[in-house]
Amino acid sequence: MARENNFKAKMIDYILNENLKLTLLSIILGLLSGAVILAIAGFNPLEAYQLMIIGMLGSPRGIAWTIVQSTPLILTGLSVAFAFKTGLFNIGVEGQFIIGALAATLAGYFLDLPAILHIPTVLLVGMTAAGLWAAFAGYLKAKFGVHEVIATIMLNWIALYLNNYLLEFDSFRRPSSESSHRIKETASIAITWLRDIVGPAVRVNWGIVIALVIAIIVHYILFKTTLGFQLRAVGYNRDASEYGGINVNRNIIISMAISGMLGGGAGALHVMGVSRQVSVLAAMEGFGFNGIAVSLIGNNSPIGVALSAILFGGISYGGRNMQNIGVPSEIISIVIGSIIFYIASYKLLQFVLKKFNRKNDKGGKQYVK
Amino acid sequence: MLSNIALIISITLMYATPLIYAALGGVISEKSGIVNIGLEGMMTIGAFAGAATGALTGNPWLAFIVAGLAGGLFGLLHAVASVTFHANQVVSGIAINFLAPGLALFISRRIFNGATMTPLIPLENKMPLPLNSIFQLLHLRLPKSVSPLFARNSVIDLIFNQYATVYIALALVGILWFLIYKTKLGLRIRAVGEHPKAADTLGVNVYKIRYLCVILSGALAGLGGASLSLAIVSTFRATLVSGQGFIALAAVIFGKWKPQGALAACLLFGLATGLRIFLGGTGLNVSQNLLSMLPYIITLIVLVGFVGKVVAPAAVGLPYEKGDN
Amino acid sequence: MTNIDFSNRVVEMKNITKMFGEFTANENISLTLHKGEVHALLGENGAGKSTLMNVLYGLYQPTSGEIYIKGSRIKDNSPALAISKGIGMVHQHFMLIPTFTVTENIILGMEPTYGLNQVDIQKAAEKVKEISQKYGLTVDPFAKIQDISVGMQQRVEILKTLYRGAEILILDEPTAVLTPQEIKELIQIMRNLTAQGKSIIIITHKLKEIKEVADFCTVIRRGRHIDTVDVKDVTTDDLAAMMVGRDVNFQVDKGESKVGDVVLKVNKLVATDNRGIRALDELDLEVRAGEILGIAGVDGNGQSELIEVLTGLRPATSGAVEIKGTNITNKTPRGIMDSGISNIPEDRQRRGLILDFTIAENMILQNFDKSPFSSGVKLNKEAISSFAKKLIDKFDVRPTNEEMQVKSLSGGNQQKVIIAREVTNDPDLLIAAQPTRGLDVGAIEFVHKSLVEQRDKGKAVLLVSLELDEVISVSDRIAVIYEGKIVGIVDAKDANENKLGLMMAGGRIDG
Repeated sequence: MARENNFKAKMIDYILNENLKLTLLSIILGLLSGAVILAIAGFNPLEAYQLMIIGMLGSPRGIAWTIVQSTPLILTGLSVAFAFKTGLFNIGVEGQFIIGALAATLAGYFLDLPAILHIPTVLLVGMTAAGLWAAFAGYLKAKFGVHEVIATIMLNWIALYLNNYLLEFDSFRRPSSESSHRIKETASIAITWLRDIVGPAVRVNWGIVIALVIAIIVHYILFKTTLGFQLRAVGYNRDASEYGGINVNRNIIISMAISGMLGGGAGALHVMGVSRQVSVLAAMEGFGFNGIAVSLIGNNSPIGVALSAILFGGISYGGRNMQNIGVPSEIISIVIGSIIFYIASYKLLQFVLKKFNRKNDKGGKQYVK
Repeated sequence: MLSNIALIISITLMYATPLIYAALGGVISEKSGIVNIGLEGMMTIGAFAGAATGALTGNPWLAFIVAGLAGGLFGLLHAVASVTFHANQVVSGIAINFLAPGLALFISRRIFNGATMTPLIPLENKMPLPLNSIFQLLHLRLPKSVSPLFARNSVIDLIFNQYATVYIALALVGILWFLIYKTKLGLRIRAVGEHPKAADTLGVNVYKIRYLCVILSGALAGLGGASLSLAIVSTFRATLVSGQGFIALAAVIFGKWKPQGALAACLLFGLATGLRIFLGGTGLNVSQNLLSMLPYIITLIVLVGFVGKVVAPAAVGLPYEKGDN
Repeated sequence: MTNIDFSNRVVEMKNITKMFGEFTANENISLTLHKGEVHALLGENGAGKSTLMNVLYGLYQPTSGEIYIKGSRIKDNSPALAISKGIGMVHQHFMLIPTFTVTENIILGMEPTYGLNQVDIQKAAEKVKEISQKYGLTVDPFAKIQDISVGMQQRVEILKTLYRGAEILILDEPTAVLTPQEIKELIQIMRNLTAQGKSIIIITHKLKEIKEVADFCTVIRRGRHIDTVDVKDVTTDDLAAMMVGRDVNFQVDKGESKVGDVVLKVNKLVATDNRGIRALDELDLEVRAGEILGIAGVDGNGQSELIEVLTGLRPATSGAVEIKGTNITNKTPRGIMDSGISNIPEDRQRRGLILDFTIAENMILQNFDKSPFSSGVKLNKEAISSFAKKLIDKFDVRPTNEEMQVKSLSGGNQQKVIIAREVTNDPDLLIAAQPTRGLDVGAIEFVHKSLVEQRDKGKAVLLVSLELDEVISVSDRIAVIYEGKIVGIVDAKDANENKLGLMMAGGRIDG
């Protein structure tokens, strides 16, 4: 009985949490800003948003798509959030995704293992390769003081061209295509029986489950272990951590490595569950940059990131449904950008919140919808 | 041999130019203490605004100005968030990188009937090449002994016959240097970026100066975008800017927050790209992709070897609040 | 003999109240300054003195109350307006831009120009030289602030106000960073200024200086105006009592020290500072068990670098540091901690605490990976909580919730958290660097008590402080550091300010 009350109390605390209120307010304002733009452009915002929600939730197919779209974002968002929590700005998630996907495809195609070994191997190979890629940036920062923003941006591009370079090799590239050979069946995490229900176009896969498990593990590491303690300490205050005996440089590298592993994991899962191959890239696909948005909207916490990834994935997919009445899907970028903008301007929001609270203060708790 | 070098220099200048505009934008913003990650987005909106205006009016200079205004508008947005609402400047910049391309494509579809690429601007309506007609004249009129100097693709032609945007970029480097290091406004800008509280106590309007610098930063980035869509190519498309805003950011840090340093960094980058294109054009049996990695690898090596720990303006990235004690 | 013209009120602050949200920094304070007067504003750290002056200077707007400068009412004050009315402020933490030159700092906001808005540095430098000669304030106009001494930096701050034609100067804790000799010089400068018709408000908590230089004194306690007195009519004890609200005993209660073996031995230590200049010049030092050795010296003579080397944050170029015979030179901070040295850092918010962490997390900052706080990789929440609760109780930390973030604690309580942590490590040597900076009298007493306690337990204590009074009253022996060397060691009993001041400035004493 007491435990039930405790849980309820915790949930209420969470909902009334200042940060959550601000985030929800930002989302609302973001959607409103999008509505204004739609109205100026001559559309009916309500109609458009309705289509969006129907798109993402209105059918099993829509829900499946939403989940599939969200999966990589959970991990790229987590990657950015983890780095933020430890004081680093990992803008190289894009490149780490590419490396993870690339390494996973190589392991998925060239190795011959039973599924029960192949899947974890491919995932680990992808994560490790990306982890090392990111750790290199961390090393440059720790040893040479190179700003991690620049280092990771450079590495993004190097990763992209590395991807394209490896695809020049005939042993890797599938003949008369822009892509590599497909990974073996034993490395795939597709849920075939579900695909029969929602149709083959929706690449339903176990990725979401794996991603959520990884998210829980990350949360545990960050808040319940000595490693997490050190990483957070260094993230908040390098000087005090150093004074307290923590090895700051080592922690920077570890932090980047873990962050990279998460980004690489997203790439690996994407290959294993959706694309089953890598292709020549003309430009970055955006999983990494969207991960930054997801992390910011999710307030850089593991739970927040997961929820925010689903929101992001959902409205991105649902947004395409708006094309039925001619709304360009770019409106989603505008909405997302606006939400982030409002999140950034927290003083503005606090101001708005104060006004709102004053109006509604009739005793008793008010839940911001 | 000489003509090969000239060709490389020519490509270098061409590719460095958009970076130079954006990097100068980055410099002026950060010198006043505001981080501007949104250069990418500001370049994008400038590129679009310029290309759209150019396609609709046929006047490249009007397009150029509109591009600057569009970029400046987003600069204003960033300023409002960062200066007045004390936003996390990095986050605000990221927001702009989502907003700007989204808005650009949205408007493009509305104006150009669903197209995400603006109509191609005909050659005569692109950014002019100011020295082109002079060189052609000289080639025609000068005696045979000297006229080849000004022929198409001669050394002089390759190096000096550039789009107007190139010259403006180079001039802006000098202008910005003068502004920042020689004028009263420049002294105040630097003061605000190093120690806003000190400046405030002496009656300098920190907020006003930061607004000015950030808006200017956006305008410059916008012009950089236009130098892409009005000169190098003749249209705007979604993959046009593709990370150059971030490279410009790297150039700012690389160049130690000085206009001349940023110029050098942008030229280095342009050079690496130029080498890549040149080597790719020769029969050299090296993968284009490996060559494409060159600029980025070179940047990393230079950063490690020569730049190391850099010293940013002391107050950069920190919102200034009166009453912050 | 005073220079005061009682018929001329240059500043009147009437019933000033300033609130920051719910917090009242100043409540109904009134202050009057006459031409030629030196008026002291006395109060503890956090009493509201700086806030009041920031209101006068226009950095803050008063919540209520009126300001009159030279007889005219001031509305919508701002630094620009205050400056134009003749007020100049020299801040406690200098408002100087390190990478700019002396001249650039002085002229900022009032730059002479020519041509295309270009700054006329030559003209500016000449004016600077002119004013500096007029008032006897020597500076090098083209030196960068980061390269000059603190004393010269302060002169630059004063010149800033005079360049703008200030008639009324506000000096905020001006003597905190000066040697006793430089303080005498500053007092003379103040007398020169009032003789030339300037008026001065000096914010300070140093009672002796008030007696020496001020004509009148306004005492503030916890934001409230306690009294305004004629300085001739009161003693320092009276002032202290008004400042704190009770009788204060500034003497530290301590018995004789029982000195034992050498715990810390520093031998010919050499180290460079951040600019590559030699900061420690073959420094020798010994601290024994059961004694408090205080290091006195003007800021910038190597104290900071000494502590950094002793705690493993700065490499020693040569020389040796030994703890109880074990060589710990150039060991990591971790290694040094494990060798038995604990440390109360001088910048508690930067080096001592992680503000976003809880009290409990800060208390285990150095030992989080040891049992019982963790087993293997996992943190043991209960063990951590109970440990923290014990310490909070023992050291009277308020508020008592160990899950509270340290950033919401007062300065004194933050320092208690650090002391609790360091003392509980049971070190052989306890280093305390500026341990009472920014603390109120009650917290200061607590810190001194803790240091004496450790010494009575047989530990060696090394105290580094810029407050000479503190060093003299707390230490058993006093070592003076000057230009990276220990230039003299005296027994606290035999110490007096003049002797020490001389050594701190590089002079030698005979006998």
